[in-house]
Amino acid sequence: MRVNGIASPLPEDPRTLLSDHLRHQLRLTGTHVGCEHGVCGCCTVLLDGKPVRSCLLLAVQAADHDVTTIEGLAPDTAALHPIQQAFHEAHALQCGFCTPGFVLAVKGLLDEHPDPTDEQIQEGISGNLCRCTGYANIRKAVRLAAAAR
Amino acid sequence: MKPAPFEYHAPTSVDEAVRLLGMLEDAKVLAGGQSLVPLLNFRLARPAHVVDINGIPALDRIYERDGGVAVQALVRQSDAQRSELLQKLCPLVPEALKHVAHQVIRNRGTVVGSIAHADPAAELPAVILALQGSVRALGPGGTRDIPAESFFMGVLESALAPDELAVEVWFPAFTGPHGLREESRRHGDYAMAGVVRAGDRLALFGVAPTPVTADPNEPTRDLQPSADLEATPGFRKHLITAMTRELFAA
Repeated sequence: MRVNGIASPLPEDPRTLLSDHLRHQLRLTGTHVGCEHGVCGCCTVLLDGKPVRSCLLLAVQAADHDVTTIEGLAPDTAALHPIQQAFHEAHALQCGFCTPGFVLAVKGLLDEHPDPTDEQIQEGISGNLCRCTGYANIRKAVRLAAAAR
Repeated sequence: MKPAPFEYHAPTSVDEAVRLLGMLEDAKVLAGGQSLVPLLNFRLARPAHVVDINGIPALDRIYERDGGVAVQALVRQSDAQRSELLQKLCPLVPEALKHVAHQVIRNRGTVVGSIAHADPAAELPAVILALQGSVRALGPGGTRDIPAESFFMGVLESALAPDELAVEVWFPAFTGPHGLREESRRHGDYAMAGVVRAGDRLALFGVAPTPVTADPNEPTRDLQPSADLEATPGFRKHLITAMTRELFAA
């Protein structure tokens, strides 16, 4: 498996979830783990460019695939990715726990709909929970990121 | 919440997958995993063997067959939703897929997996039942087509034998009046109750151990939905009546 462009060994135990493998073995703790059954969206990563739940994927299933985590989204350490920048500018995070999942879900949304309607934004972020309930600013950030493209 | 230990198998052909299913005691097929992996995480399912079919090539086609559309076992729900063939011949299927969980889940979840999983509250089993489609199963004795009417046996229980693999599902072409309505407490949750229309046919989900067909004029006849924290049996019946009226008035 390639994680953020770097070839990486698979775990020995096939029952290891991708979310746990990323956090515990690779120390990529930007992938957050909330519910571990696919409801909260915090653990969203990109698998071959498409957002998926890393808690619903065995790490061994990512063999021969590209995984992008929040750590691999920005092109370098100097600048934020435009979506991250938009979240920053729109104050689209409070505690930040849900943010990595939201940012990667929005990446998938904007790849599919570069100029999303309000309904598409609503639908696109509906699989992610923000318990600070900061959805209004998250929607603002999506519009900002779309405009910045 | 971690899966219990299991032995992992990744066959590279359908024949090898079927051979493994015939050979292994207590094996579970893993396709999209969006229903199975939560069950593994909760340890509600603890299979001794997991047979991951994701590495089987050429099992992800959507194609025209027998006056309808066949969807193979590795077609992701998001790809089926975008399929022009399904939109043209079986528009109910992509329309129903909008209601299945969320986009991120649909990127991984499969159409066939959702039907084979036979969750009574899921949308796609009711859709294939309303459309009178079928499931193609491959076993040691060859293939057989199981009509949707006899496929759903109980809660998470289908007519598939332990050594059979659902290789594709088939939906007959249907462009007449159709639709799906469901009510859930939160968007993307399993529905408290749902209705699917395909012409004069009505299928209900979330209100019985399997999806069931019903008379559009009397949709709750003989219906005995269960109670849970979200809805009483009476409320479920009310939802069915109201949504059926809405669907057939359109």
